[in-house]
Amino acid sequence: MRTLYISLISEFYKSRKTLAFWAAILLPVIICGLITFGFYSGSEKILGFHYPPMVLWAQYSGAALGVMGLLIMPFYVIFMAFSVNNIEHKNDTWKMLFAQPLNKFSIYAAKYIYAVFLIFTCLFLFASLTFAFGHLLQVLVPKYNFGQYNPSNLLINAYAKLFLSSLGILSLQFILSLLWSDFLKPMGIGFVGTIMGIITANVGWKYAYLIPYSLPTLALRITKVKKGTDPLAFPVFTQEIWTSLIYASALFIIGYFIITKKSIK
Amino acid sequence: MGNYAIETVGLNFNFGNQAIVKDLSLQVPKGSIYGFLGPNGAGKTTTIKILLNLLKSPSDQVFIFGKEINSNRIAILKRIGALVEQPAIYGHLTGKENLINRCILLGIKKAKADEMLSLVGLVEAANKKANKYSLGMKQRLGIAQALISDPELLLLDEPTNGLDPNGIIEVRNLMIDLATKHQKTILVSSHLLAEIERTATHVGIINKGQLLFQGTIRELHLLSKPMLEIEVDNIENASALLTKQEYEIVAKTDKVITVPFTSAQKSGELNTLLVQNGFTVSSLYQQKKDLENLFLDITKAN
Repeated sequence: MRTLYISLISEFYKSRKTLAFWAAILLPVIICGLITFGFYSGSEKILGFHYPPMVLWAQYSGAALGVMGLLIMPFYVIFMAFSVNNIEHKNDTWKMLFAQPLNKFSIYAAKYIYAVFLIFTCLFLFASLTFAFGHLLQVLVPKYNFGQYNPSNLLINAYAKLFLSSLGILSLQFILSLLWSDFLKPMGIGFVGTIMGIITANVGWKYAYLIPYSLPTLALRITKVKKGTDPLAFPVFTQEIWTSLIYASALFIIGYFIITKKSIK
Repeated sequence: MGNYAIETVGLNFNFGNQAIVKDLSLQVPKGSIYGFLGPNGAGKTTTIKILLNLLKSPSDQVFIFGKEINSNRIAILKRIGALVEQPAIYGHLTGKENLINRCILLGIKKAKADEMLSLVGLVEAANKKANKYSLGMKQRLGIAQALISDPELLLLDEPTNGLDPNGIIEVRNLMIDLATKHQKTILVSSHLLAEIERTATHVGIINKGQLLFQGTIRELHLLSKPMLEIEVDNIENASALLTKQEYEIVAKTDKVITVPFTSAQKSGELNTLLVQNGFTVSSLYQQKKDLENLFLDITKAN
């Protein structure tokens, strides 16, 4: 446990000055900031729709969720899996890392957990900023009715689903980035996978849930709120989430065996 | 086994079908500076990686401090500091941060980073990003990283690579210091014998994965047979005379004849012989083949 902890601290120490780390913070700030600005500058038009408070929140948070879930999230996950491993490929430091008196599982697990942590941080910030900026909008444009509905359950459920459904992609991309030191192979496969995932999810292919890349899209599709229904009715642990978790744990174990067998050239 | 810091027993290692290390039996005594010599591509780095368990060796072939490496990986690595090939440095971190990261991984005090920086003379560049370092500075930082845990055994793969003459001397003195004052065992690889000659107490020479010589530096010197070089006029006739008198001529240039040196008396007799036959001997001296040539001979022979 101690070696896992120090490996994790080291991961943070190494990456705290890299784009990968800051992307986890900047991405939600920028996207939520832009959407909030849109709701602020276009407030008159939006007020014209006379949305009930719940639907207003759904529209507002859906803007970020839609962009995230469909496009940015898979690529963000692919990028995280890449950058956590690339820091060692680029500096040729695998040999140094594995020559330390640390067990290989700790080194491997710390990297994986750190990537999960970065994704979690990013999504947590998305949820928190959506909540905070929504209330900020209420202050700036008092005619909005953000204050009349508590969106925390909606946000927590939606982002929890997005987070869990992306773990399958993470594990898969993590292995690819572990094996290949170049940018193009894992990115290329991830890109093709994501496009395929979006298409299969959108055409409603029966087995789309078996493709890890389609899971975030599938997971979010169910959270689309219809007028008048209770948005809290959707369950978090659906088929997509279970599939994602099974993929994540199976691939995590496979990745560990790859690491133990890997010769450090 | 107890006296060896490193012992390999008939170690074999292949990359696919290609044998990189063949039947290698290293014996590195505790407290020694072991010069691990060989031309580029001889298998030195591969051997060092095996000693660090980065490359998996067959079981019961590699022993560090008497312990089998595959079953005692972590316990052994705790006692080793290493510099393998180019130093493993995070370019986006400063020199000091690189060392602090190592302190984190090893669970040692961060103050050790400053201590190491001054030891390798990088105090002024401590807060400069490592990818802005010169090759020599990176090498020093690599050495600092290897030393930071105060290990009993140091594996240094071509540590003077990229260093200027001053830096080379510093590293050399540092190694001697560590071995004599701090009882460390150091295995240092190089493709230059001249560099090893001044520091090493023991030498292993490897070529194409095979160990061709292993012993103390004195034993290596003994291998080199002394020669007698004779500068004489009328070389052709002189050598004809020597051949007739059953001297073995090892080499002949247009000024110098080389014969094996046997004793001072024999050299005198040879001189008299030449002078009595009317040759002018302008000089006659004993020449020991230097180790560089010996090294070339040893590695060429295989």
